[in-house]
Amino acid sequence: MAISVIGEFKDPTELLKAAKQTRKAGYEAFDAHSPFPIHGMDDAMGLKGSILGWVVLCGGLTGCVAGFGLQAWVATEAYPLVISGKPLFSYQAFVPVTFEVTVLFSAFAAVFGMFGLNKLPQLYNRLFKHKSFSKKATSHGFFISIDSELSDDEVSIVEFLKSIGATNVSGVKE
Amino acid sequence: MNRVITEDPSKRTPLILGGHDFKGISDLVVKPIEAKAPKWWHIALAFSFSLLMLLLSMIGFLIWEGVGVWGLNNPVSWGFAIVNFVFWVGIGHAGTLISAILFLFRQKWRTSVNRFAEAMTIFAVICALVFPGIHVGRVWVAYFMFPIPNQMSVWPNFRSPLLWDVFAVSTYFTVSLLFWYVGLIPDLAVLRDRAKTKIKKVVYGIFAMGWTGGNRAWQNYERAYLLLAALAAPLVLSVHSIVSFDFAVSQVPGWHTTIFPPYFVAGAIFSGFAMVVTLMILARQLFGMKDIMTMHHLECMNKIILATGTMVGYAYGMEFFTAWYSGNEYEAFAFVNRAFGPYAWAYWIMVSCNVLFPQLFWFKKVRTSIPAMFVISIIVNIGMWFERFVITVTSLSRDFLPSSWGYYSPTWVDLCTFLGSFGLFFTLFLLFLKFLPMIAISEVKGVMPEAHAHDHEAKEGH
Repeated sequence: MAISVIGEFKDPTELLKAAKQTRKAGYEAFDAHSPFPIHGMDDAMGLKGSILGWVVLCGGLTGCVAGFGLQAWVATEAYPLVISGKPLFSYQAFVPVTFEVTVLFSAFAAVFGMFGLNKLPQLYNRLFKHKSFSKKATSHGFFISIDSELSDDEVSIVEFLKSIGATNVSGVKE
Repeated sequence: MNRVITEDPSKRTPLILGGHDFKGISDLVVKPIEAKAPKWWHIALAFSFSLLMLLLSMIGFLIWEGVGVWGLNNPVSWGFAIVNFVFWVGIGHAGTLISAILFLFRQKWRTSVNRFAEAMTIFAVICALVFPGIHVGRVWVAYFMFPIPNQMSVWPNFRSPLLWDVFAVSTYFTVSLLFWYVGLIPDLAVLRDRAKTKIKKVVYGIFAMGWTGGNRAWQNYERAYLLLAALAAPLVLSVHSIVSFDFAVSQVPGWHTTIFPPYFVAGAIFSGFAMVVTLMILARQLFGMKDIMTMHHLECMNKIILATGTMVGYAYGMEFFTAWYSGNEYEAFAFVNRAFGPYAWAYWIMVSCNVLFPQLFWFKKVRTSIPAMFVISIIVNIGMWFERFVITVTSLSRDFLPSSWGYYSPTWVDLCTFLGSFGLFFTLFLLFLKFLPMIAISEVKGVMPEAHAHDHEAKEGH
């Protein structure tokens, strides 16, 4: 059965140090929880950069092509109307809507891409079974959580977190 | 780190200087949500809600009777609806400017103001969207504005600025809402974790989406926030530019000018900042947030009002110069008519409110005086409403042929609808103040000195 072990740390500095030690000790499925993003934590945890920018680029390009394509198709094929004697394919007039649709699709890609990468919404999470975590993690607490597929690992992870200075250490089961 | 929040509010030191610990900030910002609503809030909500009912009944009356109940005539077929639309959209712009452009410029003082200003943006754009919706006359075919496949095989005309406007304003609303919601997620998680009742826990929990503040999530979150800011910055400039195309792309004298896009954007920021100042003065007073929204914040805002007000004044002058220099008699007449014609009263209200009064902000005494800035911020918004009135109505009432001249005056329905839109705005704003954190909790914590980890270990580690 999968378990998580959670330990609390005093402040951002301690959390950063703990994240580094956890990574050094060879744990991979772990996370550092804080009420606000901590500068330098990505390096401490050994995370690569977010790929969200590429998701947004794809969204933006889709929007750009879709917006321009819709207008071109409507103006020349679906409903050709001569306005002020201008050519049907008057692409200059399509710029504003193309721009707006590009921004709209990019914004959707940014928000829903972020949800996807973060696996949100995730309304059930075993971490919330930890008393101190569920009260403080988003407000003023700093925590390391380490996941394991084997519940037998619990004892060793608890020992490890205690050894790097964590308080309120305990495991939570699924 | 171990300083605790004192009972005596007068002893608090300013937030940005680190007078509170992290818990203290959560306590302070969440207090209006967890405490019982004060009496003034109930009174204000009842008053706003009755104005909202006035708006809804005016809209109902309009749909029942038809647009004849408005003061529109031939040739003035754009009246209060368009004036109010541009007025409300303009007010919205300040929120995006504060949340996106000041974020990209790394202006840390924005963290105290941005949530508040973004909320104002969304509610102002909702008010704005009401007007084009009801102004089309037959509201039950308002969906014609969107490119929806239909049984008649009719599609909208994408070469019309009015359609660009549909896309610009609806995109602006959607992106502003997404930006605001993304910013709210960590703060909703704070409310979820502090909730005392089951209902609150469930409702805030659903909207917080299971946020745990894990760094793997923060990484993507911060990138999403940065990208949204980078998208919203050009978007906000495009929106009022496109609103100005509604006028500038037509050939009516007084509308057909290339200065309109920058002139409209400057005016929008001008009026929006004035509205933020008005609301901030009230909120910091009534909710005791003076430590977070300090005099320094207000002074920064007033400087931007002064700068954009001066730009607007320059645009007024330049319009006259261009009209004269163009040698086009219709164009020249349109401007002489604005200042000395039948709507001269509106023109001079506009000039004195927008050009003269904000110039008082050159004096530090005025810039840092709460009563003075409160009055000036309201004067600016009166002036900016009249600017849109002058632009829309004077040009239409006196176009090329004297035989088709006319005079427009609003009816009681026009006036009540406009008044009612303030009811919609303030109802939403009061509900926001009560149920959502008016200050971005996680962002304020992030700019505190204690939030930075001391990195001496990092160098050893690598």
